[in-house]
Amino acid sequence: MTREEIGNGSEDMVIDECEPEGRERNSVPDEFNANYLKVYYGKLFPHADIFKWISYGNDGKHPACDQSYFSRREFSYTLDNDIYLRYQSFNSASELENSIKEKCPFKIDIGPVYSVDPAKRHAYAQTGDNVFTPVERELVFDIDITDYDDVRYCCSGADVCLDCWPLMTVAIKVIDTSLRDDFGFNHILWVFSGRRGVHCWVCDGKARRLTNEQRASIAEYFRVYKGNENSLKKVSFTGLALHPFLARSYSEVLKDFFKSKLLLSQKLFSTEERYEKILEMIPDESITSELRGKWQENKRSSISKEDTNVVRWQQLKHILQSGRPKAQGLRRCVEEIVFSFTYPRLDMEVSKHMNHLLKAPFCVHPKTGRVCVPIDPNCCEEFDPTAVPTLSKLLEEMNMGTLRADVDNEWDRTSLGKSIRFFRSSFLQPLLKSCKEEIENSYNAKLQHSKNSMSW
Amino acid sequence: MEIYGYQRKALHSDAISTLPLYRSAPPLDVRLEDFELFAIDRLRVLKGISDGLSRGKKPEEIDNLAKDLWKANMRHPEASEVVNKDIISHFVLRLVYCRTEDLRKWFLSMETALFRYRFRLESAEAQRALMAEFDLPYKAVSNSEFESMKDNLGQVARSIGQPLTPADTKFYTVPFEEVPELVAGRRVFVHKGHAYVAMNQVVSLVATQFRSHLSKALILTNRKWTSSIREQEKDRLTPIVEALCTSYLGPDYSEPREFAEISIRDIDQIAMSSFPLCMRHLFEKLREDHHLKHGGRMQLGLFLKGVGLKLDDALAFWKAEFSQKVGAERFDKEYAYSIRHNYGREGKRTDYTPFSCQKIISSTPGVGDHHGCPYRHFSEENLRAALGKMRVNSRAVEDVMDKVRNRHYQLACTLTFEAVHGTSCDAGINHPNQYFSESQKVVQSKQVEDV
Repeated sequence: MTREEIGNGSEDMVIDECEPEGRERNSVPDEFNANYLKVYYGKLFPHADIFKWISYGNDGKHPACDQSYFSRREFSYTLDNDIYLRYQSFNSASELENSIKEKCPFKIDIGPVYSVDPAKRHAYAQTGDNVFTPVERELVFDIDITDYDDVRYCCSGADVCLDCWPLMTVAIKVIDTSLRDDFGFNHILWVFSGRRGVHCWVCDGKARRLTNEQRASIAEYFRVYKGNENSLKKVSFTGLALHPFLARSYSEVLKDFFKSKLLLSQKLFSTEERYEKILEMIPDESITSELRGKWQENKRSSISKEDTNVVRWQQLKHILQSGRPKAQGLRRCVEEIVFSFTYPRLDMEVSKHMNHLLKAPFCVHPKTGRVCVPIDPNCCEEFDPTAVPTLSKLLEEMNMGTLRADVDNEWDRTSLGKSIRFFRSSFLQPLLKSCKEEIENSYNAKLQHSKNSMSW
Repeated sequence: MEIYGYQRKALHSDAISTLPLYRSAPPLDVRLEDFELFAIDRLRVLKGISDGLSRGKKPEEIDNLAKDLWKANMRHPEASEVVNKDIISHFVLRLVYCRTEDLRKWFLSMETALFRYRFRLESAEAQRALMAEFDLPYKAVSNSEFESMKDNLGQVARSIGQPLTPADTKFYTVPFEEVPELVAGRRVFVHKGHAYVAMNQVVSLVATQFRSHLSKALILTNRKWTSSIREQEKDRLTPIVEALCTSYLGPDYSEPREFAEISIRDIDQIAMSSFPLCMRHLFEKLREDHHLKHGGRMQLGLFLKGVGLKLDDALAFWKAEFSQKVGAERFDKEYAYSIRHNYGREGKRTDYTPFSCQKIISSTPGVGDHHGCPYRHFSEENLRAALGKMRVNSRAVEDVMDKVRNRHYQLACTLTFEAVHGTSCDAGINHPNQYFSESQKVVQSKQVEDV
């Protein structure tokens, strides 16, 4: 039996020369359990990288490094039997690593940096001068596809497929562009949540030091979709124009995505139930009955479903955007419909509070076994949630590569290698470089200041 | 700020432009006289704005109102002293209005409205300087930058229903985290971490800063007042401050009523039931002596005018009394004129307004005078006797005397009102005509009940 050379990355992992039966010898049943997890934490989980990231440069030798910084960060564990441990903190990389290996948590969350070591929090008050309170925390976003259930017909609940996943892709594009172009942030990490969504970690110093109020203001800036099952129109654009951020999102991402992808993949106009949902968003009886009339006729004579959707969308757009003088509520109706279906839906609460805990990257999702790997926003259309490495697959890959000695890290023999390398090169290294600069600069500024104040 | 008797020193102000931020009391010497007068002038401005706001005037109307009020009241014969007056009056009013929550709230609102109007009038440079004073990290957008941003800025303006006019070219940039409300509402263009804030948005933000600074300052002022200033100044500034505080802000009763509230026939009975003590006393003395000196004639005469006594009736009334002492001809020759003067029929035809409590309390009755405020000017013995005559029960008399000892003369009068009428008077008395109206309300409602 030949053994394939294990190249780098998942693309090369096509084992087409092995017999299916032969593969079974190395195969690992597709499960999620503590034993697998132990191996994962033992050999694959990038402890050192996580430590370096969370230290933001304070693990160096520079005199200006804050030695207490890492130990003031909260971690939390969800253990096997749903036991939840909060306010875990560590003084060094090895402490963190040993703890994870020992406790083998099913989920690791990262919380804020507090004013003091969380382990010592009971010695401090909640208010007044001597307080236990968050002082730094990444700006985070959580987008979950279940929040789009009312606009996706292919799946519901926890399922995700390649027809609806693009909604996440679109969300990443819109939010990522805005975080960079509008807000000027640079160190942004997008992570697959393991099952059905994405998380975003904005790690610039400025972002980490934002107050709750400022976080809320950014989340509100991003919010478009308002309302619940009871309101018919959940997106409403009054005003004589769209804010440039929304206009850009529409013209660069949403419009095309709706027309070319979503319309067809979700067959938005193919049944009466589905098109009624769209007609509900048009506050004009004469228009909706005109369209309804057309479509009820057409139903009998349509050839292919796909054409129907495109055709009907064209008809709707034509009526709403034609030269006719528009009532107030109709002026931006087409945009409102597109935004309703495609615009990112964020979980506001996650972003607004500094003390909100969020799952750490590179955790394994217990329900799917998939690793929470980073997503490259520049080619997020290529990300396939159904092809993300699972715990068992990684172990399998490790088993196959046991005889090689020329690879430094275990993970490099596996599909995880690509993700970790991406994490390092496009996120961690630039971030650490910038952190070191920041530490240097503030140190020099302080020196200068004290020099000035001492001068006569 | 040093308050001197008559000294005056040249000023070195730390104000920038002509709009001071009142950060700290400047090292000025102030005449005692000016201490009160300047404050009263400023109070007229604030009161006028307050009036306008409570009548629901629009922002542009408030602006014009503030402009007129400021021009009318805050001038000074010496141009160089105008800024001093501005600053001094503000700080005096801080003392006056720091003392309770309600006073602070009122003062904050009015001063902020005034500030907002004055800020808008400043030149762009002055505005920038003021923003720098507040540590607001705003930078003005240059013309060229504006040109390149124009489309985006215009689009944001249209999106919030406030399209830019050709005049709207003043924009400022500020780190986005400084303006969370504007960002949350997508009311600004945000680019590379900078928010582009329009002029009208800047005014709001600056005004908010001004307000919050002043709010904190008022709390500190209150602490200092209660812990040291009030006691230290009890013979000099404190009475002035306290009088200013209960400064009259209500109707001035200058408009005579449609129908005379009193007819000369009923006047004695009404005086008994509804006149406040100060006017009762004057009235009784007039009946007794058939004469009153000038101060008393003014105080009582204007009061009667405010109550609705027509000029003819007033002349008849005063003549009936005075002629018993000085004779009818002398009355016509010497006293009628001044009564007509009070009603605006002689001389410069000013329609004089009835005196408020504040004015009456601060008057200085001399020998033979009966005007002024009994709660202030009577001896304890005389006051007790007078209250007894009004049938105020002894318990209430003690409360009243307590207020008097603490120099809360209007509160003393209010307690008297409550004791006499058997109802509470939540608003507090600050004008004799108010006492009269309130009293009449109670009296008439009782009559209705009786019927």
